[in-house]
Amino acid sequence: MKNKTLKVDYLARVEGEGALLVKIKDKTVTEVKFRIFEPPRFFEAFLRGRDYSEAPDITARICGICPVAYQMSSVHAMENAFGIKVDGQLRALRRLLYCGEWIESHVLHVYMLHAPDFLGYEDVIRMAKDHGDAVKRALKLKKVGNDIVNIVGGREIHPINVRVGGFYKLPTKQELQVLVERLQWAIDASIETVKLMGTLPFPDFEREYEYVALRHDHEYPFNEGRLVSNKGLDIAIQDYENNFVEEHVEHSNALHSVMKQRGAYFVGPLARYNLNFDRLTPIAQQAAREAGLGSTCNNPFKSIIVRSVETVYACEEALRIIQEYEKPDQPAVKIEQRPGVGYGCTEAPRGILYHRYRIGENGVILDAKIVPPTSQNQKTIEEDLRQFVPPRIDLSQEQLTWQCEQAIRNYDPCISCATHFLKLDIQRE
Amino acid sequence: MPQNKKPKLAVWKFSSCDGCQLTLLDCEDELLAVAERVEIANFPEASRAVVKGPYDLSLVEGSITTPHDAERIHQVRRSSKFLVSIGACATAGGIQALRNFKNVKEFTSIVYANPQYIETLNKSTPIADHVFVDFELRGCPINKYQLVEVISAFLHGRKPNTPSYSVCVECKRRGTVCGLVAVGPPCLGPVTQAGCNALCPSYHRGCFGCYGPKETPNTASLTAHWSELGMKEIELLRLFRGFNANAEAFRKESEAHEK
Repeated sequence: MKNKTLKVDYLARVEGEGALLVKIKDKTVTEVKFRIFEPPRFFEAFLRGRDYSEAPDITARICGICPVAYQMSSVHAMENAFGIKVDGQLRALRRLLYCGEWIESHVLHVYMLHAPDFLGYEDVIRMAKDHGDAVKRALKLKKVGNDIVNIVGGREIHPINVRVGGFYKLPTKQELQVLVERLQWAIDASIETVKLMGTLPFPDFEREYEYVALRHDHEYPFNEGRLVSNKGLDIAIQDYENNFVEEHVEHSNALHSVMKQRGAYFVGPLARYNLNFDRLTPIAQQAAREAGLGSTCNNPFKSIIVRSVETVYACEEALRIIQEYEKPDQPAVKIEQRPGVGYGCTEAPRGILYHRYRIGENGVILDAKIVPPTSQNQKTIEEDLRQFVPPRIDLSQEQLTWQCEQAIRNYDPCISCATHFLKLDIQRE
Repeated sequence: MPQNKKPKLAVWKFSSCDGCQLTLLDCEDELLAVAERVEIANFPEASRAVVKGPYDLSLVEGSITTPHDAERIHQVRRSSKFLVSIGACATAGGIQALRNFKNVKEFTSIVYANPQYIETLNKSTPIADHVFVDFELRGCPINKYQLVEVISAFLHGRKPNTPSYSVCVECKRRGTVCGLVAVGPPCLGPVTQAGCNALCPSYHRGCFGCYGPKETPNTASLTAHWSELGMKEIELLRLFRGFNANAEAFRKESEAHEK
């Protein structure tokens, strides 16, 4: 058998610029490179010298798809540094905002970026010709998520209402009430989504992963919890850097994050689901079971079902929060800034997003570290491909390439996020 | 209209957060209608299909920050009848243009393990610094209704109807109480271009300049007044050094407050 090279120069239906290279020799895979060529943007460098209060608005610009995640991790880190706790309805509103982002981001990925692979379409527009009702449902469902972010955050992309300590302005009970009926519809629509995604043809592919996600005492995790894994990790978030390290590899503008002494790990919906199934609502659990999922799942292709299950959960949780909402007296708790180090780690739609800031006198940021989900999954993505390709080596070049793309899209990689964290010198032309 | 006569739309990405092109997918109520009128010929975030150029309308997101991208933008221009740059990165260099104010030595003090792997330019620059741009749509992020207006305008051969006046005009029209008067500075509304419908003042916070400088802004007069009211130089500096830091009026103003 001769040598064969699979190349995708510009990976489609992901957020950002990435490429794939797989080299095959005599039926064995000799090289896999998931290359990220998205240009670095140096956020960690230019956060230095900025005021602590600017971090949520600045870091939101790392990613247009999950700005809320950046705002949440940064405000929690700052509050951690100042010894402040945001509780009660303010905490619930943050959770609501996050529900909105999960809904819009998951629905975008499930229907518009990932489902076309399973059904054999180049994109959702072409898919809409044969599956018009499903796509219309997707757009309507996505809009519910966006409208939550809109009402609580001010706008869908780069919301303006999040601040350290809480919000600038609180929504009234009435303003949130308009979402109730739509969320009741959204719960049903997302259950339908789980059903539909459960019927897709899934490649027979399972691996033994180390899943890492937040775990909270009694909630499905968004903003708080301990970092746990299915292989014994159980740490407070401030111990993150004692357990994980970032490696700089030549072929990628994003750092690869690995667990010390253990290597690759897996973050995102599948990790959250496997570690927190018992924290899902009964309706979400039932939807999962009816779609053929157990309380754990090791087939990354089925992450499309898990994302749909999480959408059911996010819709239910959003409805619960709105129904229990009473507008607090103050939009934010009072901040007393002090020098120190603060840690934040929250569950972005794509997995854990870690922030650490060192704050000096007068609230100035001395340094920042940000680890986004996609850089944590990069190594796992490459390892998946190494195992995925050999049994399918006889497929046509076109088919195999498309299936490899699909395998990468299992992770909903957000390449825009992943590359923005290199601390380095600027090389002149 | 026969299928193959639809105008071809292309979306291109340079250094950015993807938020502005996502705005197109966030047009939940308009997306399918837009797709009926135009052929989405090149939009990698949404489709793996690529239809060859030339394209009738190219939307360009992101700023130029690598030698490769500085070449690529010329190819995009060559294959596009109209080229519209969208968002603060494409129209001003974006938040990543904060590097433009640092010298290389300052950055080398934050050396990464293997800087030799990375290729990047010293400055982040807007698309119009490299090629002719037919229209610039401002915002961080852009406004989706303005985006639909721009697409529709170019398809009909007319000029897009987007205002170049200040956020203050929108704010007055909404009837929001003026925060600058009632609460005090800062609010960049008087010098920032409209487009967001004066969002931040309606949320009880000052404008922080997402849409960049308005036509003929008088930033110096504003900051002189704020200095009298007690704002510090570093605060004024940071205020103008945001997502549109490299837009000329904001750049000059921030440099005026640099020690």
